[in-house]
Amino acid sequence: MREGEKDPGLYDFRPYRDRTRLEWPDGKKVAVWVSPNLEFYEIDPPANPHRKSWPKPHPDVVGYGHRDYANRIGHWRMAEVMEKHGFKGSVSLSVALCQHHPDVVANANDLGWEFFSHGIYNTRYSYGMDEAQERAIIEDSIRTVRDATGQTIKGWLAPALTHTPRTLDLIAEYGMTYTCDLYHDDQPAPVHVKSGKLVSMPYSIEVNDHYGFFVYNMSPREYADTLKRQYDRLAAEAEASDGPGGTVMCIPLHSYLIAQPHRIGPFEDVLRHIAADGRAWITRSGDIADHFLSHGGYDAVAADAARYAKGDA
Amino acid sequence: MSLDPAYLEYPKRREGMDHDLYTPSPMPSRKPVAWPGGKPVAVTLLVNLEWFPITPEDKPFRAPGHMVTPYPDFRHYTAREYGTRVGFYRLLDAFAKAGATATIAVNSAIAERYPSIIADILNAGHEIIAHATDMNATIASGMGEDAERAIIAQARDTLAQAMGKPPRGWQSIARSQSFDTPRLLVEAGFDYMCDWVNDDLPYLATTEAGTIVSVPFNHELSDRQMIAVQQHSMDSVAQQIEDALDWLKREAAQYGAGRVLPFTLTPYITGLPYRMDAFEALLGGLAKDDATWFATAGELVDAWKPQAG
Repeated sequence: MREGEKDPGLYDFRPYRDRTRLEWPDGKKVAVWVSPNLEFYEIDPPANPHRKSWPKPHPDVVGYGHRDYANRIGHWRMAEVMEKHGFKGSVSLSVALCQHHPDVVANANDLGWEFFSHGIYNTRYSYGMDEAQERAIIEDSIRTVRDATGQTIKGWLAPALTHTPRTLDLIAEYGMTYTCDLYHDDQPAPVHVKSGKLVSMPYSIEVNDHYGFFVYNMSPREYADTLKRQYDRLAAEAEASDGPGGTVMCIPLHSYLIAQPHRIGPFEDVLRHIAADGRAWITRSGDIADHFLSHGGYDAVAADAARYAKGDA
Repeated sequence: MSLDPAYLEYPKRREGMDHDLYTPSPMPSRKPVAWPGGKPVAVTLLVNLEWFPITPEDKPFRAPGHMVTPYPDFRHYTAREYGTRVGFYRLLDAFAKAGATATIAVNSAIAERYPSIIADILNAGHEIIAHATDMNATIASGMGEDAERAIIAQARDTLAQAMGKPPRGWQSIARSQSFDTPRLLVEAGFDYMCDWVNDDLPYLATTEAGTIVSVPFNHELSDRQMIAVQQHSMDSVAQQIEDALDWLKREAAQYGAGRVLPFTLTPYITGLPYRMDAFEALLGGLAKDDATWFATAGELVDAWKPQAG
């Protein structure tokens, strides 16, 4: 990125009109990927000078316990429902979970879920790191996930969404192909990086379960209805003859929220709705990035954007 | 700019938890539990019965629901008192009508100020657990072990005097504990604590002084979270509790294992006239369902403990 400038220079402008149509496999309309955040929050993390972790003195029993619910109860309930309806997870992983709860990681791996890094812990923030420190957490992530699962991570979602001006350049340099940190589009697009090719993978803050329940204060059924509407709209736009072609819908989840007993039933209806619709490419984030890079999507989007470039850009 | 190198060191990065209070226990690894009468779902109602001094204290933190305006905050002082003298009696009547028993977490100041309430609770067959002394008695790390021990002892002894025997269970204000709390509760003779929200079922916690059962009362399944924080109606709350019961019944059937549905109530939130009909309808539905067993915290622990392995 262009550090310190008003425009960080992350990507090119490309309006949601007159786009070269993106195509998904088998003529599907919406690439739907479900992203469980499998996280570990420390009970007594060291302080980062730029962001506080727990709002209360340690131990924050409710905050910590709520998140620990995921690894005892929530993950298992959520994974069972996803598997029943044919949804593989694309995991945003606190990689230290490989040490703390190897059974959770092994279960996700056995189900055919993909892993990308969400940092070491969700209580260790990137703010204030120098380049060597940021390289250390990237190398730790690659090594830890490979040792635990045999997978080579292709993507990144910054720990607790804490970034530095170097983050995107570094993950591309280490061979990653997508970032889930940018929220400017409903389709993938190239990200400007110093080396390699990096794709912005539409994740979602707006339909993230955390936002649904704690920012918008939705009831479980309202949140389920929100996801169905999000899907229906993205499918309709992808289908329109003058539309952008294939769209992407991410469903970012935290099992300590979505797998509470009062929420999982309405959520199961969402998966049933999407699976029955027939227009969804139910897939994983890395598969979307691979397809986008290898079937002309990346170049087509770059060519679209070039039509709007200013002469001196 | 760089961070202290210690920020990239992870001394507790190991298999298991990053503390010694309890061990991991993924649900699929557990033996199924059964509830009395073969009921699939234990419904555990918990009411916070609290007294808010009109002179709030902020150390270690101001309790949720405490005074808001500059002194004297007549508005919140009296609205909380409304909960105790009016709302709580609506709840007691609703429990009686539905045949439900509940756990009442009581500030010991209630026993000192309004002893007849203690008798009314016990005569109706509900369980009293300790809930600090009053709403200025919040607990958090940094307050000092002696001050915390004094709150626990005073709450226990005052309630024991009023009840004729000491309470077996404890819930902290706002479920907030220090690192010392579980050990201090063991030392004070408590059998279970109702602060942790990391499970659906009871589990055993271990301290230097011995073990204590942790009985989870999911803070999300509460009128405070759903109504006061998320601003849902009681109709929506009722639907959410019914959806939770449906799911837990399905799971209980699928795995042949008992489940628990907790619901935490606040007299000054649920006990308002316009919320009571919907609440009574919910309670009636829970009572009518053959799958449910209304259990107090103590009854749940007594049913669970012999099966824990």
